[in-house]
Amino acid sequence: MSYDVIIIGGGHAGCEAAAAAARRGASVALVTMARATVGAMSCNPAIGGVGKGQLVREVDALDGIIGRAGDAAAIHYRMLNRSKGKAVQGPRIQADRIAYRDAVQTVLAAQAGLDIIEGQVESLLISEGRMAGVKLRDGERIESPSVVIATGTFLSARMFCGDTVSDGGRAGEPAASALGQQLRALDLPVARLKTGTPPRLDGRTIDWSRLDVQPSDDDNWTLSPLGKRVLPQLFCAITRTNRMTHDVIRGALHQSPMFTGAIEASGPRYCPSIEDKVVRFGDRDGHQIFLEPEGRDDPLIYPNGISTSLPIEVQLAMLRTIDGLERVVIAQPGYAVEYDYLDPRALDHHLESRALPGLFLAGQVNGTTGYEEAAAQGLVAGANAAANALTLPRLRLDRDTSYIGVMIDDLVLQGVTEPYRMLTARAEHRLHLRADNAETRLTGIGVMHGLIGDVRSDHWQAREAARMIADTVMSFGGDRSIAARIRRDSLDSYSMRALDPTLAALSDDVLDELIEDARYAPYVDRQRSEVASRRAATHVNIRPDLDYAGIAGLSAEMVQRLNAARPATLGDAERIPGITPAALSALLVYNRAGAMR
Amino acid sequence: MLQNENRASTSSARTEFALTDTIFAVSSGHPPAAIAVMRISGPDADAVLSALTTVELPEPRYAALRTLWAGGQKLDSALVIRFPGPGSATGEDLVELHLHGGRATIAVVSAALAQIPGLRPAEPGEFTRRAFENGRMDLSQAEGLSDLLAAETEHQRRSALAVASGGLSHIVEGLRGELLAASARVEVAIDFADEDDVSPWPERTAVLSAMAVRIDALLANPPAERLRDGVRIAIAGPPNAGKSTLINSLVSRDAAIISPIAGTTRDVIEVPVALHGLPLVFIDTAGLRDETGDSIEAIGISRAQAIIASSDLVLWLGDPDTAPDRAGVIAVRAKSDISDAAEGAHISVSAMTGAGMAALIDTITNAAKAVLPAPDAIALNARQRACLVDLYTEARAAAATDDLILSAEHLRRARLALDRLTGRAGVEDMLDALFGTFCIGK
Repeated sequence: MSYDVIIIGGGHAGCEAAAAAARRGASVALVTMARATVGAMSCNPAIGGVGKGQLVREVDALDGIIGRAGDAAAIHYRMLNRSKGKAVQGPRIQADRIAYRDAVQTVLAAQAGLDIIEGQVESLLISEGRMAGVKLRDGERIESPSVVIATGTFLSARMFCGDTVSDGGRAGEPAASALGQQLRALDLPVARLKTGTPPRLDGRTIDWSRLDVQPSDDDNWTLSPLGKRVLPQLFCAITRTNRMTHDVIRGALHQSPMFTGAIEASGPRYCPSIEDKVVRFGDRDGHQIFLEPEGRDDPLIYPNGISTSLPIEVQLAMLRTIDGLERVVIAQPGYAVEYDYLDPRALDHHLESRALPGLFLAGQVNGTTGYEEAAAQGLVAGANAAANALTLPRLRLDRDTSYIGVMIDDLVLQGVTEPYRMLTARAEHRLHLRADNAETRLTGIGVMHGLIGDVRSDHWQAREAARMIADTVMSFGGDRSIAARIRRDSLDSYSMRALDPTLAALSDDVLDELIEDARYAPYVDRQRSEVASRRAATHVNIRPDLDYAGIAGLSAEMVQRLNAARPATLGDAERIPGITPAALSALLVYNRAGAMR
Repeated sequence: MLQNENRASTSSARTEFALTDTIFAVSSGHPPAAIAVMRISGPDADAVLSALTTVELPEPRYAALRTLWAGGQKLDSALVIRFPGPGSATGEDLVELHLHGGRATIAVVSAALAQIPGLRPAEPGEFTRRAFENGRMDLSQAEGLSDLLAAETEHQRRSALAVASGGLSHIVEGLRGELLAASARVEVAIDFADEDDVSPWPERTAVLSAMAVRIDALLANPPAERLRDGVRIAIAGPPNAGKSTLINSLVSRDAAIISPIAGTTRDVIEVPVALHGLPLVFIDTAGLRDETGDSIEAIGISRAQAIIASSDLVLWLGDPDTAPDRAGVIAVRAKSDISDAAEGAHISVSAMTGAGMAALIDTITNAAKAVLPAPDAIALNARQRACLVDLYTEARAAAATDDLILSAEHLRRARLALDRLTGRAGVEDMLDALFGTFCIGK
């Protein structure tokens, strides 16, 4: 058997990678351990949020799956930061777990050139230092010049629940240990991270009447402009831990694998376990918990905010101190997972391994967390895996065009010390990188790279034409232009429609996007000139053979960081943590001296 | 001679050079002196020392007595110390030769060193530049050090020390901490709005305004350039009032005359001098009179008026009633030995007899101190001031806006301004502050 591209793993990164490669015309084999779990949501069945919602819109603008599947499965919509302006608004949905998986599988089934193969990859085939395919456990070989590893937490994964330790990447599923061992043997830089998940509750044993509820947003926004709300909307509820809960946890800390030393890897600071919260923020008298339904026909409830790896009896005792959960029954205990990831600094901006051309990595295996981060990397890795096989232009997204570009740049230059989560604070071009203008920013780039299907392409062309005409109308007239009046007089969309028939005919989303553009234009212009001047100053190529260890004055730690990330330009080097201005000038001088020799 | 080489290095454009060169220069003060320290820095430093001596190299960082030889000639008997890089002052291999401090000794050793292939005299400021480029000091420390090397007076030296030993870095560290904490508070409200540990930050405007006020206070310090270039004191008055004699007398009272420098015209003379440890520049001007038929003299007079207007202080030797109408005028009655007391004159002196000179010098130095930064205060140079002005502007704007996103944008730009001042304060530093302060995560 042979394919242009092989994808290992059918999670959110793997599915986007497979679909993106196939959209570019590659023949694709998606190899998964279990066909039924393709597109499964392994943790919280929520998609989006602040930063993450921007990623979803960007993947969607490149004609990816996550936005449309999310709409098809959404049972709760919430626009975060609604009061704070569009630049930081984060669309977020709760999905029906089963409906989401089905929606993803439907998209994949409809995609021409994409086969799903059930099997376990035992090893990578390497020929003359390049990828040549994979070998399955049953001995079958699949040849391909491009392989995308999207195995999530399944590489050499171990699960912890109290003092019970077992191999496995997700409850009830085996770990991909053989592949993990080969990657270690290949001398790719492997390290370990930790993540956790809360217990799942039986919703029929929760006293909902005692709790505050949070209904779905009632306006009709969707994740994807091509999506629709189809399922009935449910509500979430909010409760909180209290002093009794914290006492139970403190009394059992010696049984938590994170505090006994059984788990050494670092977990995410933004998603600490409840044990961590109680220890680090001992002065707080309670922590909020969102009770989120996992599906329409499913009594399972996801208690967002109390990830834990305490023993199961402690989990139950702790839960029953909480308002509304006095008689709760645990359907599945919480646990912590420790897993291998590959240091993403070994990758280039196309997510291709520098050491092993043709090998791409995407998703949690690169040290990120979350469906959205995984999906975004999957799309880029898949697009480039197809480019590698078919000699097409590579897809590289920059920090000033997208959150995807920010994330990949952070990953390949800075690496990770905890599971990487998208935050708007990481994006210096946040005022321009908004959830509401993802199509304007990215769909054109997608079209150039052959990533956009006909339906999206038609939608985008019509929208773009209307947007550009309206933009011209709004910019005309200098100080008296509509754009200037938005900034000066806070002109609103209602008055704008009354002013001009072109604007009156616009859809709400285009008009809102243009208003935000106008509001932040002076800032965005200033950022653009910053980018231009920095590009001029930092677009000095660093010789790939530069011997950092030979540069006097660089600390051992700086040499190590530079060697790990191998920055391509001085600008890249500047973004590596711990690199001082003095080190940069030494780098510049040595680089130039070497070039003269 | 005082127009010292280091001064040029702080402001002039960098010239191209390769770090692989080995350089040498006398790094101590001007000869003659008891000893002169010759520094040799670069990859060949040890080889140079081997070439000059006949016995084995001393242990690193241990002083050893060695006879220096060149071409069969004994040059000097010197104390030599090796500092291997990167732990040396320049970050490179460094050798110090502590020579006898006579001009002849220094000249003969310099000549011998210049003969060694691959070794060349250091450019002005090159040791400091190498230290900076090798990561031995941050930018503000490097600037402080170059001012220290240029410091001619005790007052300059103490102020330069305040910067070099991290006085400015210390203040900037404090600002950086506050700025990161403020950024964290704003960013947490944006990225983690649905967390219950997070509240809008009602004190934002007050806290950021207070920060801006403190930056403004720092900016109110007199500029460092005044310290480096000296307080400018014009000596003015009618023709034949005794201006030149007074200058000569002021200058001759102190051994610290540097060198008279011809002004831009034949009629303006600048004399830098250190009095009571303060850097002063006396400027002799053409005599002022209302009518003159000489067009060249007329040009001189108008130039003198411009100098009087732009100087920090004016010594006025004429009728006190016709003194220039500005602050910082010290009225002097010169030639007190032969003239009557003028009404309203502050001080009577006779350059010929020396009467009143001590009182005049006290008056001048007291007035000059008010113009200079206090010795232990942080004196900022133009680049540092520009960064702090940006920081101030952004902090003010971040305080003023109602839009949290724009406040965050101004704080981001403030962090960039701080980055330019010293080191980097990246997003990760802000996130560290954020996660250390707030209990985030569901």
